[in-house]
Amino acid sequence: MSIVFEKPKALTDAQLHYCPGCTHGIIHRLVAECLEELGVTGKTIGVAPVGCSVFAYNYFNCDMIQAAHGRAPAVATGVKRALPDHVVFTYQGDGDLAAIGTAETVHSAARGENITVIFVNNAIYGMTGGQMAPTSLPGQVTQTSPYGRDVEKVGYPLRVCELLSNVDGAGYLERVAVNNVKNIKNAKKAIMKGFKNQIEGKGFSLIEVLSTCPTNWGMTPERALQWVDEAMIPYYPLGVYKDKYADKEGE
Amino acid sequence: MAEKVLMKGNEALAEAAIMAGCRHYLGYPITPQTEVAAYMAKRMPQIDGVFLQAESEIAAINMVIGVASTGKRVMTSSSSPGIALKSEGLSYLAGCNLPALVVNVQRGGPGLGGIQPSQSDYFQATKSAGHGDFRMLVLAPASVQEMVDMTITGFELADKYRMTSMILADGTMGQMMEPVVLDTKEIKTFDKPWAANGTDGKRPHNIINSLCLEAKELEEWNIERYKMYSEIEENEVRYEEYMMEDAEICIVAFGVAARVSRNAIQAARAKGIKVGMIRPITLWPFPKKPLLAAADKVKAFVSVELSMGQMIEDVELAIRCKKPVLLANRVGGIIPSPEEVLAKIEEADKMGGNN
Amino acid sequence: MHEILIAGFGGQGILFAGKFLAYEALLEDKQVSWLPSYGPEMRGGTANCSITISDEPIGSPIVSKPTVLVAMNGPSLDKYESEVKPGGYIFVDSSLISRKVTRTDVNVFYIPATQLASDNEMGGLANMIILGKVIKEANVIPFENVPRAMGKVVSAKKQALLDKNIKAVEIGYTYAE
Repeated sequence: MSIVFEKPKALTDAQLHYCPGCTHGIIHRLVAECLEELGVTGKTIGVAPVGCSVFAYNYFNCDMIQAAHGRAPAVATGVKRALPDHVVFTYQGDGDLAAIGTAETVHSAARGENITVIFVNNAIYGMTGGQMAPTSLPGQVTQTSPYGRDVEKVGYPLRVCELLSNVDGAGYLERVAVNNVKNIKNAKKAIMKGFKNQIEGKGFSLIEVLSTCPTNWGMTPERALQWVDEAMIPYYPLGVYKDKYADKEGE
Repeated sequence: MAEKVLMKGNEALAEAAIMAGCRHYLGYPITPQTEVAAYMAKRMPQIDGVFLQAESEIAAINMVIGVASTGKRVMTSSSSPGIALKSEGLSYLAGCNLPALVVNVQRGGPGLGGIQPSQSDYFQATKSAGHGDFRMLVLAPASVQEMVDMTITGFELADKYRMTSMILADGTMGQMMEPVVLDTKEIKTFDKPWAANGTDGKRPHNIINSLCLEAKELEEWNIERYKMYSEIEENEVRYEEYMMEDAEICIVAFGVAARVSRNAIQAARAKGIKVGMIRPITLWPFPKKPLLAAADKVKAFVSVELSMGQMIEDVELAIRCKKPVLLANRVGGIIPSPEEVLAKIEEADKMGGNN
Repeated sequence: MHEILIAGFGGQGILFAGKFLAYEALLEDKQVSWLPSYGPEMRGGTANCSITISDEPIGSPIVSKPTVLVAMNGPSLDKYESEVKPGGYIFVDSSLISRKVTRTDVNVFYIPATQLASDNEMGGLANMIILGKVIKEANVIPFENVPRAMGKVVSAKKQALLDKNIKAVEIGYTYAE
């Protein structure tokens, strides 16, 4: 019998704690596949956030640091400055990256910090039980927007890739999704490119991955995957928002 | 012996950090410690080191966490309001058992306060630097030479115990120039097998983490850490006694307050009042034993502080309230004058017999 | 022990003058401390600098009762005249301060340092001119060691500036009222 499919060695044997139907597992796998295919697991340091993926340090088989809420890009900056030849990534959710950690996100991009940021956007605070996120959609019902997100009162969602595309220091920004096979394949390519950029010294890369939260969205896993297509992608269009080096090569 | 040079406290401290092997400085400008950042900005590129001006104090301390996680010596510096912003990171450093050197060149508070010298972050440094049960090694230099020596000691102790060392200075120590010897004595270094610097495929992955959702386990982490703290209280107390042999009054003062107190002691001795001083060099661990021993000899203590009276509580605890403790203090950026301290010594002297 | 307070406007070279004295004292193997006022004053307003030179370890680096006061503007004289120790010295830049010292228990010297600086095309060096007078009268450091200390505080790359500073001290040293 031949083995045709197995777990990437860049993942540990720990059992994931994510809810059924959550796409964190897929994103973890994609990151791990990239590290393994690039042969850099042994010289990678990952930074886990506060949020659903807080336990990412137990899942990735590289050295890991668990950061304070929102501060992963600052921690990653410290690591990268201390070990410039190593591969450094952060894995952050929307509350972590786009609310409490907005300053750290924008400024690490502005510095062109040579790190790879995996930004998991599921439009809700998952770990704390489904509160409104900076990326919750207009009208979206959450525990802290029980009548739907009223943009007149609480403002609009942040579109992170669009926001950062105006930051000169940012190198590569792409939004992807993992709600179907085609999108997963594209997501892998984008994540791979984010790591390759870093290895080639091309500066700050951020890959925003639209993700699902069936538990807190109150949907079945299947319905949640559809909701990404119906509600999220129209507000958060997929695509490359900035590719500094490709832009230059094209000129 | 190395040559004596005249240096500002802030600059001498920065150079000492470099001597101690620190090649990573991450900070944010704030008066009166900005010379540290400016000095590092100039020196680090010359020696292949890293100087980075962060977007905030919060980012700076988290960058410190990043560097410390890799096992390299790292420091940041700030002044009172900036240290308050760093408190989240100080707690994480403790929770993750990471070594780092943090410098607080204190200014008057609360709030934005002023920019003149202060010691009103004593509570913050010794008791409540952040959330959760933890301690920092707190070193209080009283001269430019000690700014150098304490910095080197601070790095060594931080590595030895995997915790934060804080240099608790004040505007005077930072701004003052005095002759100083930058002695390139042997610097102690420590193995850091726990560091997150890449497994190289040769060992299980290292995790730098303060999260623990199992109450029993988290309790054990805390108890272990406090066992280590007990060891530190046993082994790392540093203090200086001045004219205590025949003293009937004991001044307790650190930093610039101790310098002013020396003048007051000389003036009091000239008047025939037998007064001495115990100067804590480590504020945590606090020199409890020498103070308790002194309580059997002297009739009163005078705590001299640039605060509304913070260290005085530790003095009272250390001597188990056996003798009265008076407070000689000024705040808001004002340093008590030797005359003011002398007046308090005279008041203490009138407190009568050796009760 | 000399407890010297130099006070004036920001920009008059108050801190530099103090640093020069401190360095010379260091070269003499004395104990010394130098402490500036700091903060917004550096952009004008009042600036002052405490220098203590002693054979014994120095306690407080803050000079509140100076043995030597160098007043380079009126507000400084007004503020510190009464603090000078009896038998101490007050040096007044008489180009900028028109009033006389009222105390009779101190040694007072008037020198038009700012005027002398501009007469000798040494704008900005009134600080060193008045120090020359301090060195002459208050005996804080030996005059012959001035070039040595100046070499420590002025970069050797700026030879012209070095010479000019030494010359300024000489002008003050030889000035007769």
